[in-house]
Amino acid sequence: MSKELLKGNIAMAEAAVRAGVEAYFGYPITPQTELLEWMSERLPALGRTFLQAESEVAAINMLYGAACTGARVMISSSSPGISLMMEGLSYIAGTEVPVVLIDVMRGGPGLGNIAPSQGDYNQIVHGGGHGDYHPIVLAPSSVQEAIDLTVLAFDLAEKYRSIVFVVADGNIGQMMEPAELPPMRPVRTEYPDWAVRGSMGQARHFLSSIYIEPKDEEVANYRMMQVWKRVQENEIRYQEYYLDDAEITVVGFGTAGRIALSAVRNARLQGVKAGLFRPISLNPFPIDELEKISQHTKKLLVVEMNTGQMLNDVQRAVKGKIPIDFYARLGGIVPFPDEILAEILRINQEEIPLEGDPRQRWMKRFAPVINWKN
Amino acid sequence: MQTEIIIAGFGGQGALFAGQVLAYAAMDSGHQVTWIPSYGPEMRGGTANCTVIIADEEIGSPLVLNPKAAIVLNLPSLDKYEPLVVPGGVLVVNTSLVNRTAQRTDIENVFIPVNEIAEELGNRRLLNMVALGALLAKLPVLSLDEVEKGLVDHLPERHKRLLEVNKLALHRGAEYALQAVT
Repeated sequence: MSKELLKGNIAMAEAAVRAGVEAYFGYPITPQTELLEWMSERLPALGRTFLQAESEVAAINMLYGAACTGARVMISSSSPGISLMMEGLSYIAGTEVPVVLIDVMRGGPGLGNIAPSQGDYNQIVHGGGHGDYHPIVLAPSSVQEAIDLTVLAFDLAEKYRSIVFVVADGNIGQMMEPAELPPMRPVRTEYPDWAVRGSMGQARHFLSSIYIEPKDEEVANYRMMQVWKRVQENEIRYQEYYLDDAEITVVGFGTAGRIALSAVRNARLQGVKAGLFRPISLNPFPIDELEKISQHTKKLLVVEMNTGQMLNDVQRAVKGKIPIDFYARLGGIVPFPDEILAEILRINQEEIPLEGDPRQRWMKRFAPVINWKN
Repeated sequence: MQTEIIIAGFGGQGALFAGQVLAYAAMDSGHQVTWIPSYGPEMRGGTANCTVIIADEEIGSPLVLNPKAAIVLNLPSLDKYEPLVVPGGVLVVNTSLVNRTAQRTDIENVFIPVNEIAEELGNRRLLNMVALGALLAKLPVLSLDEVEKGLVDHLPERHKRLLEVNKLALHRGAEYALQAVT
């Protein structure tokens, strides 16, 4: 296979096709509509199902039903559309059926705008739907990684009978990069034991998220936690850059992570020992790895395109051992590497307090950037 | 080392496609490359720009504040990007639509009437290739041959009949830039 110049949205769609997706449900929303558009052409031509529903609420429930047949199924949307899917998602979690979702995040809350954002971190990583469940969440930072993680998402969903999210943003969706698609996998013809596919002459299967007796729900919740423990033990993913001797370690995921890479390289050119830790699995979060890093780096800088949602998870990992500062752009504004470089150089000069809230310190520094007047 | 190029103009002037041609050529020549458009609710008649980064190592940010070069196809793009080009960089200005001169003296300015040159070639939609040719004459990040090959391999099938005239537009732009007093 050779590399092609691919747009992120189309690359993720084609990756799903090649991973053997059997049914796609969706509803158009910028900045991920090219994904749905690609599916509308590809899947019917291959004799598979493409269905544009009348709304995101309908689409997620169609996904739920299709997932119960054991088919490889997926849905994609962008932030406001994902919010509409949260009830159905919780039912999917409670029924323990595998699904893949792609969220190409945009500026919010509310209708917001269509520019790139990472504002859905808490919603996706820490829940969203009601009840006690843990989705696997993967965050690509390039078109190639978006392809690889989309394929992986199907495998993980089935391995753990879990919800798997791929969270991108408008930048990754709209960007073109050279990337290699995987070979076409055949659509499978055998389905898992639990699948509901008609029971003529077989034992009756039953899938539901209803456990009327709390003691049964308690067991179901505990079972899901047992599965999650296996996920935590086996599915941590991250990438490290220049960390061997890094005194300042930047932590960022997705687009913010790759922008930070440019800043880190420029800091190195200026003699500052900077490095980058880029979480790829946001859930399970690489807690132990970050804790290890905090033992040999002096300061952390967390960079996000939200008000510090991952920052809380980083603080949980570092446990106050080393000082952390924070930098962000909000509402669909993407930081330039220059901004992050300035932060690295500042941190290299200044003492950062161990105590106090990094978010509050950032707000103070950031106010002039948006001409904020008190 | 990386080279960043912003191509900006009105929707319909071919700024995004010119960037894609560059990106295809960079990929086929074995470089790392990113192409990212400005995308928004505006389409026809609005502004359109893209950033292309060509490098020989993994590319970090696909967007830069200060590009090495910019092609500005209209006045709003000149106003926006002229101050941002790095010192020593290249600015290609479409004088067909821009009625002022550039202010910067620490960059290489190329003033070129790409609309008129494209019309002389018989198709005003070739203006983007004229501008790209002019840029490459001053910023040899890729050779004209490599970009031509990008066109050959990636021009959409329905436009293949325009291949030769697209190549000609690239060369005409390059020749103009090399002859022009900058």
